[in-house]
Amino acid sequence: MKYQSQKVAKPYFIAAIGLFVGQILFGLIMGLQYVVGDFLFPEIPFNVARMVHTNLLIVWLLFGFMGSTYYMVPEESKTELYSPKLAMLLFWVFLVAGALTIVGYLAVPYARLAELTGNDLLPTMGREFLEQPTITKIGIVIVALGFLFNVGMTLLRGRKTVITMVLFLGLVGLAVFFLFSFYNPHNPVLDKMFWWWVVHLWVEGVWELILGAILAFTLIKVTGVDREVIEKWLYVIIAMALITGLLGTGHHYFFIGTPEYWLWVGSVFSAMEPIPFFMMTLFAFNMVNKRRRQHPNRAAVLWALGTGVMAFLGAGVWGFLHTLAPVNYYTHGSQITAAHGHMAFYGAYVMIVLTMISYAMPMLNGREAANSNKSQVTEMWGFWLMTVSMVFITLFLTGAGILQVYLQRFSDAPLPFMIVQDKIELFYWLREFAGVIFLLGLIVYIVSFFVKGEEARLKPAEQTLVE
Amino acid sequence: MLLVGLSADTVQRLPERDNRENLTPQVALGKKVWEDNNCLGCHTLLGEGAYFAPELGNVYVRYGNSKEAIKGFITSRPVDGIPGRRSMPQFNMSEEELDAIAEFLKYMSEIDTNDWPPNVQG
Ligand code: HEM
Ligand code: HEM
Ligand SMILES: [Fe+2]
Repeated sequence: MKYQSQKVAKPYFIAAIGLFVGQILFGLIMGLQYVVGDFLFPEIPFNVARMVHTNLLIVWLLFGFMGSTYYMVPEESKTELYSPKLAMLLFWVFLVAGALTIVGYLAVPYARLAELTGNDLLPTMGREFLEQPTITKIGIVIVALGFLFNVGMTLLRGRKTVITMVLFLGLVGLAVFFLFSFYNPHNPVLDKMFWWWVVHLWVEGVWELILGAILAFTLIKVTGVDREVIEKWLYVIIAMALITGLLGTGHHYFFIGTPEYWLWVGSVFSAMEPIPFFMMTLFAFNMVNKRRRQHPNRAAVLWALGTGVMAFLGAGVWGFLHTLAPVNYYTHGSQITAAHGHMAFYGAYVMIVLTMISYAMPMLNGREAANSNKSQVTEMWGFWLMTVSMVFITLFLTGAGILQVYLQRFSDAPLPFMIVQDKIELFYWLREFAGVIFLLGLIVYIVSFFVKGEEARLKPAEQTLVE
Repeated sequence: MLLVGLSADTVQRLPERDNRENLTPQVALGKKVWEDNNCLGCHTLLGEGAYFAPELGNVYVRYGNSKEAIKGFITSRPVDGIPGRRSMPQFNMSEEELDAIAEFLKYMSEIDTNDWPPNVQG
């Protein structure tokens, strides 16, 4: 660690991992409710568990992005963070606001929460992923503004690099598009249309810039490849991401009351969206193959490569699978969507945050570059258990989805929704089983932080690779 | 920024498709009731939402174009659920809210969705 103020990243990372555990526990609750319908009913109805699951996901990823930014920006800018105090203050504000919101979800019925928090004044609640009370949303905006100010001031003071510029653009975009969550017209079609400006333009737009920047940063560090080379890749990747991703929004405008031309626009542009993800795969593998030095933190290298592969599989392959209008006509809003949502979020955003944590945590804990070999091996077990079980979760949900689409929408005698759900129960049991393995993997991952031992170092001969 | 352009065009053309001539204050209230109870946390609406419970964009049609049937279903949910089965909560809605939500769901079924869903099962 070169700058003292990078230390503020640590609480952000710890909070992220803590909330991740909560997210998975609620995932398992829901997975069980899929097969044992009345599990925890009426104490925790499915919709409550779902809000907790998805909102925790988003909040911990945001913690992860902020922590990564605080770690990267001083080092890239070659200057201390503008205000570490502000960073810590915002950390607590965000954590407390998040915790109160989750408690609110669990403690009172949602309609009562809406009433208590004044949803009548400015109704923004009750829409998927944007369930937070309006005051929480305002809190998020305030935290985001403070964060952007802090980071922006640091950037102005220091060296400007392509990586920090791309990162900052992504973060500003994240905040700007969130503002659309305050737009909730009475007209349901307009509401849906601009709801996607938050959700789609996040994960298939500005978040990709953040992903690209973090990946580029860690690759520079662990491979020692020239910055110029890495920057060129990053430019091309983000250009492709924006060219395809912005109009790719159209793949959500097929069947919600928007005009027919979106069937074409959405299909064509979103069909190209896998390109930037595929380039990230190539990017990661190419840089590691061309590495100029061996880095003692092998776990971080594994995470970086894993992100490249899994982001392409989840977003690129599983996204493409249902993105063409004639296919989406049958798969829209089915378990296929859930399969894709899981692998894409995990492969792209969960894994990039864990890549950064893997790379940065040893230094934040006062080591030179890496954890002990034993700790790294444990971490890699966590990596494989989580990643492989996520692959299985995705496959089981895809199996469920194919049957669901056939029985309910495609066959000559379409069956009602609930009948079909009974018929595909087996796949939901398998998904739940894979989910338990995922939790085990997460526990192993967390244990790795507590495995002590002598820091892994390289023999002098390994330190530089001769071409 | 093509996205902005096309979106503007879409907003211009929406009146032909989005059923807005029927967007009464009652429908608006129905949408509010829908949101305040987080119905989307279990159901899909025009294919968006959760996949735990049936699509409701076309439930009005599935229930034989009957608002009464929709209201009847909502009011008859047992407080403690149905043993072993996925259960919908009892929301204890007022008559005004029930009428509004039924009107809202009727409204949703009249939007031009390029013929989605493929059949009445949703
Ligand atoms: C990392 C990037 C991505 C993430 C995190 C992601 C995540 C998601 C999620 C969570 C949904 C469900 C939204 C809802 O609840 O309604 C969704 C829907 C969808 N995604 Fe992605 N996605 C990503 C990239 C992609 C890409 C690259 C494509 C296309 C190639 C794609 C195609 C789709 C389509 C077509 C839908 C709509 C499914 C439906 O009609 O039900 N996604 N995505
Ligand atoms: C133990 C593992 C997990 C289980 C059992 C699980 C279960 C579930 C269930 C049952 C749903 C609701 C589906 C519905 O609406 O009917 C859901 C939604 C979701 N989960 Fe998970 N989950 C798990 C892990 C994860 C992980 C690791 C991530 C992120 C990487 C994640 C991201 C999501 C997202 C984005 C949605 C919304 C999907 C959509 O709208 O299409 N889940 N999960
Ligand atoms: Fe999308």
